[in-house]
This record gives sequence, C-alpha cells and structure tokens, in this order.
Amino acid sequence: MHWIEGIVQGILLGGLYAQYALGMALMFGVMKIVNVTHGDLVILLALIGISFADFAGLGPWSVLATLVPIGAAIGWLLQRAMLNRVVGNDPLPSLIATFGLSIALQNAMLVVWSADTRSLSGGGIQQASIEIGPLFVGVLPLIVLICATLLTGGLDAVLRFTRYGRSLRAASADVEAAAMVGVNPKSVYATATAIAVGILGFAATFQAMRSTVAPADGPFQLIYAFEAVIIGGLGSIWGAFTGAMILGVSQAIGFRINPGFGILAGHIVFLAVLAIRPQGIFQRKS
Amino acid sequence: MSLLSTHGLIAGYGDMRALHGIDLVVNPGETVALIGANGAGKSTLLRSIMGLLPVAADMVQLDGAPVGGTQPHRMVQSGVAIVPEGRRLFAGMTVEENLRVASEHAAAPQGQPWTQERVYDLFPILREKARTNVENLSGGQQQMVSIGRGLLAQPRVLLCDEISLGLAPRVVREIYEALPQVTAQGTALVLVEQDVGLAQRASQRLYCLLEGRVTLEGRSEDISRDDISAAYFGASHALD
Repeated sequence: MHWIEGIVQGILLGGLYAQYALGMALMFGVMKIVNVTHGDLVILLALIGISFADFAGLGPWSVLATLVPIGAAIGWLLQRAMLNRVVGNDPLPSLIATFGLSIALQNAMLVVWSADTRSLSGGGIQQASIEIGPLFVGVLPLIVLICATLLTGGLDAVLRFTRYGRSLRAASADVEAAAMVGVNPKSVYATATAIAVGILGFAATFQAMRSTVAPADGPFQLIYAFEAVIIGGLGSIWGAFTGAMILGVSQAIGFRINPGFGILAGHIVFLAVLAIRPQGIFQRKS
Repeated sequence: MSLLSTHGLIAGYGDMRALHGIDLVVNPGETVALIGANGAGKSTLLRSIMGLLPVAADMVQLDGAPVGGTQPHRMVQSGVAIVPEGRRLFAGMTVEENLRVASEHAAAPQGQPWTQERVYDLFPILREKARTNVENLSGGQQQMVSIGRGLLAQPRVLLCDEISLGLAPRVVREIYEALPQVTAQGTALVLVEQDVGLAQRASQRLYCLLEGRVTLEGRSEDISRDDISAAYFGASHALD
C-alpha cells in the first residue's frame, strides 16, 4: 500500500516534470539547442503570474490563460533575437549564450521581485483531494497530470499531422534540405521555441500553485527537465513524458525510503540510465 | 530574355575559391547540361545559384533581376528548385510526407501544377511506396522521391545535381526517360551529370567546367567528343 501510494504520487509529480521537459525535448530535437534558461523561464513566468494575481486580482486559471501566450511571445522573441544567431551544427555557442542569459535573467528577476519566495493562491484547490479506491489523490496534481498528458498528445499530433509539424520534422532531419524545398528554418525555429516556452506557462502556473518560487530557483527546475529528457531519449516527445514519470516515481519512492533521499534517488536513476542506456529509453532510430 | 543567368559568378568555401567567374544562361523550357571532372565546381555553381553559398546579388539573375545570395527558401518561392546531391531526403518521414513538405511550401505554379498524383504517374513505384519511410527505399527510389520533391516545389527551373550517381543503368534510364515530361510544360532543367554521353543526349546546350571556369559551351548536338575531352581534361591533355 505504502509503495503503491508512492508510485501514484510519483506519477503525479512526473506530470509537472513532463511539462518542464516537453519544451526542452522539442527544442533539442529540432535545433540541437540545450536551452539553459529553461528553468529560469519557468520562474520568470511564475513571478509574472503571481504579480498579475496580486495586482490585477486574477484567479489561477486566468493566470494560466495569460501566461501561455506571454510564454509563447517570450519564446518567439528569444529565438528571433538571440538563438537564431547561434543555432547550428555546433551546440556550444547556443549553450554558452543561454547560460549567460540564464544568469542575467536570474539577476534581473532579483531586481524586480527581490529574493522573497512567493506562491500563487489556488482558491482552495491545493488542499482538495478525491478518493480513488483506497488512495486519496490531490485534485491539483491530478489536473497537472491530465494537462501534461493532453499537452504531450497534442504536441505529438501537431508534429505528425499538421503542415507545421511536417516542416518541423523536415528541418529536424536535414535543415538545409528543408530550406531547399521552401521551408524557412528560422521561422520554423521561432515557432518551435514559442511552443516550448508557451508550454512553460502551464508549468509555471502549477509550480507556483503547488509550491513556492524565488528568482534563484530556475536551475533546479532545469535539472529535472534535463534529466527527464535524457532518461526518455533526446528529442522524443513521448520519451520526455515517460522520462518525467520515471523521474517522478524514483523521487517519490526515494522519499518513502528516507525523506532526505528523494531528490538524490532521481539523480541516481538518471545516472544509471546514462550508464546503461545512454541513448535514452525511447530514442528514435536514426 | 533568359530565365536564369549567372554573371562572372565567383564563389568558394572559406578562403578557397572554387568558381572564377562563371557566365551561364538558362532559357525557359530548355535543358542545359553541366559536365566536368570531380572538383570542377559544378555542385558549387548549383549551390551558389540556390543561395546556399554567399554570392553578390548581381552575380545571379532571375528574369533579369538580381537574386544572388537570396535565402534558399525564397529562391524556391521565386521558382528555382534543386534536386540536391546525395538526395537529402527527410529521414523518419514517409514518401508521401516528404512530397507534402515540398508541395506545402511551393512557388505559385506556372501552367499545370505538379501534384502528388502526377509525380506518382511519372514514377509509379512511388505510389506503392507512399507510406514507406524513405530510409527503407532503394537508391533509385530515393532519387525519384528527391526529383518528385523538386517538381512539387513548382519550379520554372529545376537544378539536378548528379541524379544518376550510384544508380543502376536501368534506373538511370528510367529517370532520364521521365525528364522530357518535365520540360514539356516549360520547366527548364540544369543537369549536372558525370556521364558525358548521357548529358549530351539529354540536353540542348552544354557547358563544360574545368577548375572553376567554363572551358566549353555550345549546342549539345554540335559538340564533338574531342572538343569535350579537351575541355574536360584541359588543353595539355589534348596535346598528348
């Protein structure tokens, strides 16, 4: 019972990690960019959302509806203004550029929001739970998991069945050949990053509701996204989702063993996957 | 007026110059062959025209307007498409998806547009393989997809880079037999070809490149094999 509950809690936690990981998997899969600002963008969006709630009196769902387009706009701008200049076969320039931006962003957030921890009021939904069989499951984590599943399925469907998805997969397979059939790579890239950061609007809202956020928290969120993507297999959308679940379950079971061991258990599983199956569980055949 | 032309085109890779002033003319609906030894600059010329290498604007003209250095996807939209060397298909995607990417980003068609159906009529085997991932096709079938992809961009001029390379003679024949159906509707072809005889038979005009310069040009049927071998290998060889 104890363990089943741990697994269920882990899967629910994995729902949040999946929302971090999706955008990272998309950006890596298409552009080979490891976006180091990923976690800071979650925090930035969360702080923006909390300020909206404080000053404009928005409820959590209105915050969510506002943060997704704001995230998409930030992502689009980030790609157009910066990442399109450093994207290429060499992953190092984009890594260094996003690393620098990450530090600048953290300091800028400190200036605007100070180092205080803040959170977003959910109007009681944080405490609500429902009984499923013998288990009590939190309503908020359940909503997070459902959103994560729908986002993953939705993104997968966009990649498979839409004109944009085909152009993105083409650019991902061979960007120069895609340009040779009329695809504008920079525009495909800008849309991909807009989607990636737009999804972080969900992650930011839920992170701010279930926990607290402070300007320096970004790197912790980044490492979870990174681990989920590596466990699942770089660039695979459902792989990132599964990786997030594995990470969540590892942490939850670790917490059951010893409250100090939870986060470490996740890192150990991540390292084990790197050692045994470095290409990840779902890596697509090339 | 010529459809596509280059004027003293100079291009290269980094510090190495591969083309030293190429003048090329392509008229609507004609087939022009580019021959020359490995490293003569044929592929570099096609890549320069397509905007894949930096060149000055007035070195490439389309309908008399300077287009040199235009980004490749904009060249496609103005009616220039390429069947690239090595086919360069989108791995992980089916034949149909590869073709669709091209038709979804095509130029405005001139005359009867190319459709997926017409490409399948041209290369019937592709209809059977429509739902197969391209990496599971034979080399010849992959080349057919690559040509189909080029046609679905609705080009007024299609640049074909070594479309016979590495293919069985029977497949090469099959592909070359399909080309007149392409030019029949006014699409011009530029064929980069290793097989000199094939290039001569398939084209109306021919250019021979040697070390980044044009050493011979003329009507394909008027050029003798001796002229070609002199131009192909250089004058010193012809003296032997």
